[in-house]
Amino acid sequence: MDLIKGLLQGNKRACARLISIIENEQEGYFDILKEIHKNTKNAYVIGITGPPGAGKSTLTDKLVKKIREQGKRVGIIAIDPTSPFSKGAILGDRIRMSDLNLDPGVFIRSMGTRGYLGGLSKATYGAIKVMDAYGCDYIFVETVGVGQSEVDIVKTADTTVMVMVPGLGDDIQAIKAGVMEIGDVFVVNKADKEGAKRTLLEIEMMLDFKKDWDFRPPVSMVVANDGSGVDELLQSIMAHRKYQHETELLKSKVLQRNKSEIKEIIHRKIEREIQNIQSEKEVEDMIMKTLSKELDPYTVSEKIFNKIIDNR
Amino acid sequence: MRPIRVLVAKPGLDGHDRGAKVIARAFRDAGMEVIYTGLRQTPEQIVQTAIQEDVDVVSMSILSGAHNHLLPKVVKLLKEEEAYDDILVIGGGVIPDEDIPYLKENGIAEVFTPGTTTTVTIEYIKTHLKKSID
Repeated sequence: MDLIKGLLQGNKRACARLISIIENEQEGYFDILKEIHKNTKNAYVIGITGPPGAGKSTLTDKLVKKIREQGKRVGIIAIDPTSPFSKGAILGDRIRMSDLNLDPGVFIRSMGTRGYLGGLSKATYGAIKVMDAYGCDYIFVETVGVGQSEVDIVKTADTTVMVMVPGLGDDIQAIKAGVMEIGDVFVVNKADKEGAKRTLLEIEMMLDFKKDWDFRPPVSMVVANDGSGVDELLQSIMAHRKYQHETELLKSKVLQRNKSEIKEIIHRKIEREIQNIQSEKEVEDMIMKTLSKELDPYTVSEKIFNKIIDNR
Repeated sequence: MRPIRVLVAKPGLDGHDRGAKVIARAFRDAGMEVIYTGLRQTPEQIVQTAIQEDVDVVSMSILSGAHNHLLPKVVKLLKEEEAYDDILVIGGGVIPDEDIPYLKENGIAEVFTPGTTTTVTIEYIKTHLKKSID
């Protein structure tokens, strides 16, 4: 348990090692998570999401620099996709964050999705907890470039920042279900590009559909490259934070998050059981029989399910 | 088995990263998680990244001629952070043969010069890791 001691004392290597252990589900990781959870201090989690190339990393870099001016410690988890074929990944989000590298108050960790589909990586929850216990006041989670339905970030972040850019599609995109529904704060990045005003208008119109907002998501025009609009964006994020504090919404969010984490862990445990049981001879035979239609997949799944329950 | 994590870095003032990108892509296709940091990294930046990312390998591509200075500096800083025992350090790029012994004496495990196929480098990494990947 030396690593945990190191983590709590703010040791960078201990923090990095622990994230790896959790990510790789190395022996003992579950007990480590239990121990770390006790030591978390509720760091504020800001999710940055949006389509590929929207400027999520650049924006994160700029936001973190602003927060660092207040002397707060920041963790960044930057997620990029893992190849479904080779299981390899290029994790390139740090390219836009080079200046933060040497800041002792910033800890950046890149993660591959490793087959996880919701826009995050399997160990994102765990990494957030490690960084929280390490002493980060704010933790930024940058999702993979999202398409239309990678919405797991809402379950993970206290404030979700949806980064849009001009020129991605017409107003019908803005009223579709999915990622457009999850922003607490919206950004039109690359606001110096043609069509930015129209994108802003489309987002505003989409938001206007709903009349009874308790907190209507603010929309900021930003040029992340030169930093213009970033101050205003940070103010919007903080306003959302304040609103959630005052309404106790944050508490219910944490509860919701714990709930979904519990569900996910149980899910994973059962999945492992399924994998184990599928290699059993008896089960294999049953599955084979679906080929000749002697059995059907529905009956087999029932049998397997009951078998797992009985094994307990 | 967990994936091997590799940092592909371009130290110093050197604006050409085609080779580094080719290597990064080859590592990816070999199932590794590649952290790519872009151009013009100082040894300090490289070491901080290596530590935060908990990598198994630091692989540096250098074409500027400053390898005798920059590569040993990375090793020295890794040792100061007590991370050298866990991390394999390799180099590649335009490096004259006569400089290679000096680099090896200074902690660069292997140097891959132009013409080396990526499979050779990948095989080398797989057989020389300092941390177990099981």
